[in-house]
Amino acid sequence: MPRETQWIAAILLGLLTIATLIGAWMARRARPGNASVANLNQRTRSWWWMVALFIAAASLGRATSALLFCAVSFLAPREMLTLSPTRRGDHRTLAWVFFVITPVQYALVYRDWYGLFSIFVPVWAFLFIAIRCALGQDTRRYHERVAKIQWALMTCVYFISHAPALLDLRIAGFEGRNLNLLLFLTIVVQLSDILQYVWGKLIGRHPVVPRLSPKKTWEGLIGGAGSAALVGMALWWMTPFSPLAALLLSLAIVAAGFFGGLAMSAVKRDAGVKDWSHLIPGHGGMLDRIDPCASPRRCSST
Amino acid sequence: MIAGLIQLLTGVQGRWQGCEPNSRQRIYFANHQSNLDAPVIWASLPPLLRAKTRPVAAKDYWEKGRLRQWLANDVFRVVLIERSGITVHNNPLTRTDEALDAGSSLILFPEGTRQQAEDSGMNLFKPGLWHLARKHPEVELIPVWLENLNRILPKGEFIPLPLLASVTFGAPLRLEAGENKPAFIARAQAAVAALEASGEVS
Repeated sequence: MPRETQWIAAILLGLLTIATLIGAWMARRARPGNASVANLNQRTRSWWWMVALFIAAASLGRATSALLFCAVSFLAPREMLTLSPTRRGDHRTLAWVFFVITPVQYALVYRDWYGLFSIFVPVWAFLFIAIRCALGQDTRRYHERVAKIQWALMTCVYFISHAPALLDLRIAGFEGRNLNLLLFLTIVVQLSDILQYVWGKLIGRHPVVPRLSPKKTWEGLIGGAGSAALVGMALWWMTPFSPLAALLLSLAIVAAGFFGGLAMSAVKRDAGVKDWSHLIPGHGGMLDRIDPCASPRRCSST
Repeated sequence: MIAGLIQLLTGVQGRWQGCEPNSRQRIYFANHQSNLDAPVIWASLPPLLRAKTRPVAAKDYWEKGRLRQWLANDVFRVVLIERSGITVHNNPLTRTDEALDAGSSLILFPEGTRQQAEDSGMNLFKPGLWHLARKHPEVELIPVWLENLNRILPKGEFIPLPLLASVTFGAPLRLEAGENKPAFIARAQAAVAALEASGEVS
């Protein structure tokens, strides 16, 4: 593990310890049955698991990190596709999505076959799904069903698969430290999500898109995105960038995360749910945790 | 281990809405969606209850092929009943009676194959449940609603998809004094259908 990564891991574990202690203190002071404190503590506990799993997989090497993200890409589309009504005729297509296309995409990432993995899903799988669904001979809502499957693949598999691909990016003078990039991206995205929530809770007044997501406010967005970008700048020493470049990149990541999250909110709202599932206690589903990461993944790796 | 696999595949967690999981003798009766129905209900029970709960299923289906036989006899310990050519000697109720007398709980799918019920996607229930309720008044009857299994493994498909399923357990039902067969069966069917609204996957 690169030296900077060890530092970051230590900082994260320290922060989680502090969060856990504060949570325990709040739980003692709050009236029993206070839902927000209980939810906060549940979230912190889930964060321990996610951080531990992430650090373990990343430090064991490329294969385990590819496997970890492959597992994420297996769990996320199941949540999305469970909520998108597909029909009987799509059964075989979906079997291809889960059991062939997803593993192949990650195999391509693992083999570092950039030329193919960057077009495999958006071109080849895209066409394949349309054809396979047509062969199912069920034309009712054909266009909509095909689009839903393609979307699930793009967001949950294609974008997410760019995270482990960061490990293979060749940057002169940065060899052997690519793990830092992955950590940098993940920290900025998740932190921005948390900070937007915190700022929104504290001073949020004016919703950005009231009909879509009334809890996302301008105050939360500016405060959260700004502070997350500053933290990103403060972490420049773990990246190959200058502090200014780290700040600008963080801003781009945060913006992509915000808008990506909005698009996913629209999908959820369309399906009439608030969370994708109940997989991660306090957070909702796998997708609730990763949906703000999906689009920055692609931007930051290009 | 098989229960773990089923849970991993379908992400299933039992939702105990009208009752708690406990060791009382019970008959779980559910809507029928796919061949995975019984395994999924079975897997969503806590391990202790799983060991004493047996699905009731068609003999002609489960006796075809080695794998099915193994699953039926050694894993799920299915109570196999005849669907056709019923005589005094192989009355399906004899088998289920024996299993209940031996102290097992049962998983049952009372839907017939012909008539559709009016307001839900289910077919009309057959009367077997009434006979069991009358003969074994001490056994609790638990309505169960299964969701999404018809998408995970529709009839005629053999590759299950890893979508999410849900199993909702409702409040126990009892045969009222003097309640006749059609009234009881209709009430049982309504109890299962009523869980549908609360059984959505998310």
